[in-house]
Amino acid sequence: MRELALHILDIAENSVAAQASQIRITVEENTHADRLKIEIIDNGCGMDPETAQKAVDPFFTSRATRKVGLGIPLLKEAAEACSGGLVLESASGKGTRLEVDFQRSHIDRMPLGDLPTTFLALLVGAPQVHWVFRVRADGSEFTFDNAEMKQALGDVSITEPDVLSWLKATLQAGVAEIQPAESYSFQFG
Amino acid sequence: MTTVKSLEDLKKLREAALEKRAVKTASGQAQVTVAMGTCGIAAGARETMKAILDTIETENLSGIVVSQTGCIGLCEKEPIVQVVIGEQPKVIYGKVNPEVARRIMKEHVTGGKPVEEYIVTA
Repeated sequence: MRELALHILDIAENSVAAQASQIRITVEENTHADRLKIEIIDNGCGMDPETAQKAVDPFFTSRATRKVGLGIPLLKEAAEACSGGLVLESASGKGTRLEVDFQRSHIDRMPLGDLPTTFLALLVGAPQVHWVFRVRADGSEFTFDNAEMKQALGDVSITEPDVLSWLKATLQAGVAEIQPAESYSFQFG
Repeated sequence: MTTVKSLEDLKKLREAALEKRAVKTASGQAQVTVAMGTCGIAAGARETMKAILDTIETENLSGIVVSQTGCIGLCEKEPIVQVVIGEQPKVIYGKVNPEVARRIMKEHVTGGKPVEEYIVTA
């Protein structure tokens, strides 16, 4: 995968598959510490310690349709190649927390990519979930919580054209506002 | 972002959508499902989903249900999109890039005619 936003979509799909009713995604860039951290917390069915340990192994999957599960191992490898790592904590019946962290300036660090589209795909794909998205960079923060949106919409579908326009604009504007302090390009001479 | 104001906007959108629903004819509901397993996402399923949502928005298509599913075991055919219209049997499409997705939305979901060359027979 070419974007961290695609990995986020992929990992969050695990939470949806785990029947989570609440999923919180936080993306945090800290230019001073030179770290980029992503955290995904769900209240889904969770895993026992043994299964959680196996989840980082590419030749383990809980699915029956194919024999390899690459989502978590791929992300772990990407993080480890960038002086970072992946932590997976889970408890049966309680939920799962995945944290992955990268050296932000590392040459091999994937770009964050299109976060608004990832968020939109999750909101549309799993509308039953209470989603909380947080994007932080050096002190500024954008939060999107779909609880208020659901209340305002009532029984109107999220895939109505006007609602989609509103969602897209809200997510794009919110994420665009959060820019790391040192996002300028290098200047020579 | 000023949350209160945008939520007010959303409430107005809701009223408009409800009015629209009242005048809509019952031609059978269209359901479009995008496979979003790791295989699908790696093959571009997010961009396929985006193309579907963008078409709904730009063509102002009301009443279409868009959902997702996981890996259905046809990883090599990803991105996969399933279309069900009313009581008709499910049609499974493979290798659905954004351009093919726009065609499916136009020709099948709105026009009622499946895009034969991308149908997958599982």
